[in-house]
Amino acid sequence: MTPDHLIVAPILLPLLVGALMLVVERYRPDVQGAIAIAATVALCAVAIALLQRAAGDEIGVYLLGNWPAPFGIALVADRLSALMVAMAAGVALAALVHAQSRWARCGPHFHAFFQFQLAGLNGAFLTADLFNLFVFFELLLIASYALLLHAAGGRALRSGFHYVVVNLAGSSLFLIAASLFYALAGTLNLADLAVKVAAAPAADAGLLRAAGLMLLVVFALKAAVLPLGFWLPDTYGAAPAPVAALFALMTKVGVYAILRTTTLVFGPDAGPVAGLGGPVLYALGVGTIVLGALGALAAPRLKGIVAFLVVVSAGTLVAAVADGTAQTLAGALYYLVHSTLAAALLFLLVEAIARQRGATGDRLWSAAPVAQPALLGLMFLGAAAAIAGLPPLPGFIGKLGILAATVDAPHAAWLWTALLGSGLVAMIALARAGSRIFWKVRQPQPDPAAVRVGGGELAAIAGLAGAVVALAVFAAPAQQYAMATAAQLLAPRGYIERVLGAPPVTRRAAVAVAGEGAR
Amino acid sequence: MTAWLIASGIGVLTATGTWLLLRARTFDVPLGLTLLSYAVNLFIVAMGRVGPGVPAIVRAGVPPSLAHYADPLPQALALTAIVISFAMTALLLALALKARFVNDSDLCDAPVDDASPAQDVDPAPGRVGSFAR
Repeated sequence: MTPDHLIVAPILLPLLVGALMLVVERYRPDVQGAIAIAATVALCAVAIALLQRAAGDEIGVYLLGNWPAPFGIALVADRLSALMVAMAAGVALAALVHAQSRWARCGPHFHAFFQFQLAGLNGAFLTADLFNLFVFFELLLIASYALLLHAAGGRALRSGFHYVVVNLAGSSLFLIAASLFYALAGTLNLADLAVKVAAAPAADAGLLRAAGLMLLVVFALKAAVLPLGFWLPDTYGAAPAPVAALFALMTKVGVYAILRTTTLVFGPDAGPVAGLGGPVLYALGVGTIVLGALGALAAPRLKGIVAFLVVVSAGTLVAAVADGTAQTLAGALYYLVHSTLAAALLFLLVEAIARQRGATGDRLWSAAPVAQPALLGLMFLGAAAAIAGLPPLPGFIGKLGILAATVDAPHAAWLWTALLGSGLVAMIALARAGSRIFWKVRQPQPDPAAVRVGGGELAAIAGLAGAVVALAVFAAPAQQYAMATAAQLLAPRGYIERVLGAPPVTRRAAVAVAGEGAR
Repeated sequence: MTAWLIASGIGVLTATGTWLLLRARTFDVPLGLTLLSYAVNLFIVAMGRVGPGVPAIVRAGVPPSLAHYADPLPQALALTAIVISFAMTALLLALALKARFVNDSDLCDAPVDDASPAQDVDPAPGRVGSFAR
């Protein structure tokens, strides 16, 4: 059995390139962008290879340091992980191309932090170990702190400080939960944890539930679910456009972690912790949708509206995950990909619009008209329709999937009302913002100093828009993948057996590999 | 007795840390988070069963069971957590200093003039924690 190095590549590649960037930045700053883009394209290729492999229902396991599963740290590339890695790579490529024209040159170390953040994201998606998940969370967070404050002014400093403090408090809780799990179950490997927790004695049930709920609180904090999500609009609103686009992935890390733990560790067979937090998460998810919708109506800036729509999508996903049937999960996974792409697209677009309005930026005041009203206006219309979930676009298909799956579910009326209402509200908020920005102008001529949209920025925006359209055109294969992913998640036995049964590379196999290499 | 001491130590550290965290000033908050991370590190070590005279390294002639040895894994976890929280505290302090001088206030919720476009840009790019005004 030879090790499958493809699984560790999405972590190692950005990590090494990020370290390289620190050197390149000092001696050849002009080639930084080219290297970073080449590395991210390579990452996309790796992610697609992983996705193809996962689509064949193969669960790839990589034992770090060749330690057998419950003792060492395992990386697992199943359908869900491969999907998340591929999505992250795609969004990152668009954000990086966009950053080339301006943001990457606004402050130091942009490329290095960008790659470190990618390594953290991919690691969080691939790892099958609770403590390792914490380490990758910290890696992606510390890079995100730096990226958020990239060329930051007073507002970003304030919201950045909030963001760091909130996440550090969350990290403390994560550590307490993880060590409590270790004390009770004697393992940190998620697959092994699922086995041990299911067989835990009744005396430990209370502590196990406490640890599990603490873990869910941490993930809900990352996913910006209702009482813990107030950091998000301010933070995303203050981030530079390509960073905000990358941050569209960050709430999805929280959703991913909730999805992974609720299906694997807190599944129906989990004894004392079966179905932990389900009803609460459902109610909080619906509440998050309502809060996000209200926030989108009240936000004074266009970027703030998009940030609140990210909150809406996080709430939708958490409610759907808490519902937990195969159909709902499939709809949620499809919607997850769509909402990430659409939010990233809008963040990039908002900045292009804001820059042409001079000092007014993205505030919803009447100001000078944008210099390219037809181009930006049409793109804004398309992106707004996508994120609000209008029919031909994938947001509609994803929402329809979730709605259709929850017809007979108890309390479905709450989710239906919130989901349909939030779509309407998103449309109203974006239509109002669009008419203010494009039509209600104070002077007939645009600012002569307005910066037109650069080629790279346009390519990034067009790429994301193309991805959104492709998701609608290829809805059938995408939904099949989502359906199979949901089925795989709801049958965690396969995952557990594959991880715990993964044989370490024997000496003979290692020698054989070395021999082949030499030949 | 040991367990009681450790438990109350964790409790006092957590309580103090939480109180400082809620003071919402840029000096008190990093201090509070530091105390919280001390509490967390103690908690992690305690989860590996604390006792006197039980090292984590295997010695000849002593049967290899948890009765005679401390579990080394929580110690490794605590070490990782210490390193991470150290780095995070350093970053938070740099951030707190810069926020203090840019926003001219040590309140975490320092009022920022949202209508002023000057708040959108960095007055001194690349100088995190700079004292220059």
